[in-house]
Amino acid sequence: MRGWAPLVLLAVLTGSATFAEETAIGIGDPARGERLFQQSCGSCHQVGDGATHGTDEGAGPHLNNIFDRKIAQFADFSYSEGINRARRDGMVWNLGNLDAYLTNPKLLVSGTNMNFRGMEDAGDRGDVLAFLRQFSSSPQDIPEAAPTALKQEVVLGPEVLSIVGDPDYGEYLAAECTTCHRRDGDYQGIPAITGWYEEDFVLAMHAYKRQIRPHPVMQMMAGRLSDEEIAALATYFAALE
Amino acid sequence: MKFNRRGFIGTGMAATAVVGAPMLMAEGKPRVVVVGGGAGGATAARYIARDSKGAIDVTLVEPSRSYYTCFFSNLYIGGFREMASLAHSYGKLASETGVNVVHDWAIGIDRDARTATLAGGAVLPYDRLVLSPGIDFVEDAVPGWDIRQQNRMPHAYKAGSQTELLKAQIEAMPQGGTFAMVAPPNPFRCPPGPYERVSMVAHLLKEKNPTAKILIADPKNSFSKMALFQEAWGRYYDGMIDWIGPDFGGGDVSVNAEDMTLTIDGEVTKVDVCNVIPAMKAGRICALAGITEGNWAPVIGHTMQSRIDQNIHVLGDASAQGDMPKSGFAANSQAKVAAMAIRGALTGSKVFPAKFSNTCWSLLATEDGVKVGATYEATDEKIAKVDGFVSQTGENTEMRRATYEESLGWYAGITSDIFG
Repeated sequence: MRGWAPLVLLAVLTGSATFAEETAIGIGDPARGERLFQQSCGSCHQVGDGATHGTDEGAGPHLNNIFDRKIAQFADFSYSEGINRARRDGMVWNLGNLDAYLTNPKLLVSGTNMNFRGMEDAGDRGDVLAFLRQFSSSPQDIPEAAPTALKQEVVLGPEVLSIVGDPDYGEYLAAECTTCHRRDGDYQGIPAITGWYEEDFVLAMHAYKRQIRPHPVMQMMAGRLSDEEIAALATYFAALE
Repeated sequence: MKFNRRGFIGTGMAATAVVGAPMLMAEGKPRVVVVGGGAGGATAARYIARDSKGAIDVTLVEPSRSYYTCFFSNLYIGGFREMASLAHSYGKLASETGVNVVHDWAIGIDRDARTATLAGGAVLPYDRLVLSPGIDFVEDAVPGWDIRQQNRMPHAYKAGSQTELLKAQIEAMPQGGTFAMVAPPNPFRCPPGPYERVSMVAHLLKEKNPTAKILIADPKNSFSKMALFQEAWGRYYDGMIDWIGPDFGGGDVSVNAEDMTLTIDGEVTKVDVCNVIPAMKAGRICALAGITEGNWAPVIGHTMQSRIDQNIHVLGDASAQGDMPKSGFAANSQAKVAAMAIRGALTGSKVFPAKFSNTCWSLLATEDGVKVGATYEATDEKIAKVDGFVSQTGENTEMRRATYEESLGWYAGITSDIFG
């Protein structure tokens, strides 16, 4: 499959398997996070006093008070359809979702406009999140605010990502998908799933399976698919026009 | 025939067990006859013909030229859908996949000779027969009601003219009149269907006849999505709907179509519209074929084969399979498993472990949709539920609107999956 280099590399370097056991870690060093933010995020996103949405083509919304805010809440910002769907599904920018989004935006939201290849180092992400956290309400201010320590998860291990899908099996399994998702790729109320890059498809399905993405139907459908079955479906649908 | 599950366990890989050996056909291509062109039958015909790429000769026997889906027919009653939008023809099934569509009734099955006889006189030989006839009503299930009264007291549980009749009667109700429903006992087609219908009738009456009343006589203590329906009835149609469960005699009913009365637990009520949904059984062709036990046709979950005759597969509402509800979605899901098994048996194509799923959306009011769904797998005993979910009470309006829009997408998707 194409385009896995960063994630595969990460998994090899850290020796991690799929979705490793959760271990809470503090989210990091805000000063280092500020530098990383300016390098990687600052050309599209503003945060802090007087921050506004970007006005340039492809720029993103400001990030003040993003923690625990529902996704896509600004009426004066034009979001992608994928982000809007995540809002309708009830997604919230909690620490875990922000971390997943920073890891690879497409893990959390297929079709997002955020043109960012992802931040593979968990320490880097933690530092950026620690920096952003300063511009949202904190537990000491609001006791029920979300934690500032991250349940650390590794995205996907190489043994999962390297599986080559069986297109015959994919064809059979796909019959279950095409009850709702049209084989001809037409879209109405339910997104089209034909002609995706295989890696986007695999990421999306694993994110549903692990309940990183909301939507009860998709969590349920993906929840019982094995790694091989997800690969088979990705191969099959990628080949459909 | 035994189904070997061992190949599926252990690796979790795509199993390639073949159900039986490919049949050796003495005379030309193997033949499949499908009886019933609804969500089960039309899907099976389509998938067998398309995926076998012409290697199997598929004939679909369906009396209607235009099929009206039962799913979404309540939305027509509520005014959210045109009747024409529920109609689907069989042209693409013939032109795109080569299915031979015969508009006729199957009136007899000779299981020894493996032939299906049609009302028009044709006799169709088969190697495998798929029966997907939907439901018929149990005779004398509601004292005082039979098919001769269905114009006075419509069931509207097979979509089409009955649905239009029921809506016309509701619209003609006098101000402050009474709509009554006799709800069916389990198991029946579309478990949330009667209650979605009540919601849609209430929506229609709220606009046109706000002092009207709705009376439901129900033999069941609980029903699908009960908390969601009751919450919605309180929120949107407060004081309009009176549900009488079995504790208050809801299971002891009779009707008099001449007088337009409904008697519940001995108490006679004059009503203006009476929607009688009798107890159900498998479409009659299953009994004629001799493959029923009680009211339904028991099947093997792995392949949807009849437990009485393994040359016959039974799909959808007519089958007794275990945990799946009787729904169009379920029939469509079962059809794909059966199509795979039939292709495997007749042409030796790969066979994979059976997987099933179902989701039922219901509309409560304008843009307020809810859903319930589950996944299933085949065990040797039955189709068993693996996992499931149901919408929650108190969900916000945006989520409910998204669920409704999702249901529209599903309708477009499944009808395209069934009819092309």
